[in-house]
Amino acid sequence: MLKGFLFHIGRYILLMRQVFKRPEKQSIYIRQIMVEIDNLGLDSVGIVAFISTFMGAVLCIQMAFNIDTPFIPLYTIGFVTRQSVVLEFSPTIISLILAGKVGSRVASELGTMRVTEQIDAIEIIGINPATYLIFPKIIAVVLINPILITMSMVMAIMGGWLAGILTGLVPTSEYVYGIKAFFESYDIIYALIKTVVFAFLIVSISGYHGYYTKGGALEVGASSTKGVVHSSIAIIVFNLILTQLLLS
Amino acid sequence: MIEAKNVSKSFGEHLVLDNVSCRFEESKCNLIIGQSGSGKTVLMKCLVGLFTIDKGNVEYDGRVFSKMSFDEMKVIRQEIGMMFQGGALFDSMNVEENIMFPLSMFTDQSLEEKRERANFCLSRVRLENVNKLFPAELSGGMKKRVAIARAIAMNPRYLFCDEPNSGLDPLTANVIDNLISEITQEYNITTVINTHDMNSVIEIGDKIAYVHKGKLWWEGNKDTILKSDNPELNEFVFATELTRKLK
Repeated sequence: MLKGFLFHIGRYILLMRQVFKRPEKQSIYIRQIMVEIDNLGLDSVGIVAFISTFMGAVLCIQMAFNIDTPFIPLYTIGFVTRQSVVLEFSPTIISLILAGKVGSRVASELGTMRVTEQIDAIEIIGINPATYLIFPKIIAVVLINPILITMSMVMAIMGGWLAGILTGLVPTSEYVYGIKAFFESYDIIYALIKTVVFAFLIVSISGYHGYYTKGGALEVGASSTKGVVHSSIAIIVFNLILTQLLLS
Repeated sequence: MIEAKNVSKSFGEHLVLDNVSCRFEESKCNLIIGQSGSGKTVLMKCLVGLFTIDKGNVEYDGRVFSKMSFDEMKVIRQEIGMMFQGGALFDSMNVEENIMFPLSMFTDQSLEEKRERANFCLSRVRLENVNKLFPAELSGGMKKRVAIARAIAMNPRYLFCDEPNSGLDPLTANVIDNLISEITQEYNITTVINTHDMNSVIEIGDKIAYVHKGKLWWEGNKDTILKSDNPELNEFVFATELTRKLK
């Protein structure tokens, strides 16, 4: 098992070396990055907005029900909602959701290209297929995910506010005061650093599994599953490492 | 001319190619034939560098391709066109974009020039009004023809075709064979075709290499193959009732 793990780590590092080689024609790659931003980023706006709004609402309601003492001020609900959303929910949970959506797409796309010999065709033309196929995806997701996660934070906080006023649990003034209370801009930087690292992990790990698919349709499905599972595990592990490094 | 010199290739313990030496000549359709699993696809993939060979050399007009780095190979690869068994057309691009892809990557041609070249290549393979169609909208024969059009877009010196007429009806298969043969002679290309289709062998086999159990078993051409006394080759050539009756 350890041998297998080391084999995959070694091959992953070698693939990344290929991916970050100098592109053949930069104008083509810029266009590819734009295409991937559309495919992998803008396509996820809806799901991210939907989940974030509802999760923000749930966070706010749960906090309100758990505060049953008059000694804790109501603005705590806004404060805790903001902190939960900024520190953990948006960067980590939304990244895990994107690992499912983006990761499976990347792995299955590359896996299908591998089994239908499209990757071989790119190589025969004289193009480095790892760079051509994976590099634009990594750059696109690394660029777009911080925007998605920032949007998620805003949507979740708005969701919390909506839930607060619709249920009558928190007045707007208290919620907004809580949102602004004890604000540290470093929290946002911490969240965005995590987001960028997670974005890289999602695409590179899923891309790795897709790129080295062998066989047919069944194996493409297996690669897609492996891509999602392994990138999710990597996100969880790196979440702990980054939290220790950045917040301690 | 492409030359394989003492090429061996194993996958784990399994020896797939055993000391194969073969020469593929210019302006000729060089056919690699053999039963399924004999090693002909592996030989082709070794020739184009998709598989790294364990022993021996592959030379393109004296240039030792198999010893080159990926970046050095790029120069020769721009002289190679390859048609894959399933076409290997890029699903996300339409026919025109598929053909223009190598031109976009390696030339500074304007969009108009690239379109003109794509149209020329499509007319060369006798396809019209398919520029905006996607691979999923094409029939098997059309996909093969578009794959040929893409392969010749860069004016290759070397053309590789892996099972060009597999899965096609005899008439369409014949059209594809004749197209490859015409293109080979017209542009003085060294063409290597991987096939187990006897019609292709008789139709366009300027040079034929029979691979059996990973070894080069027999070499000849379409005129000598039917007269050979090699028992394994005869078993392959006259495998069907029809060919036995014809013999």
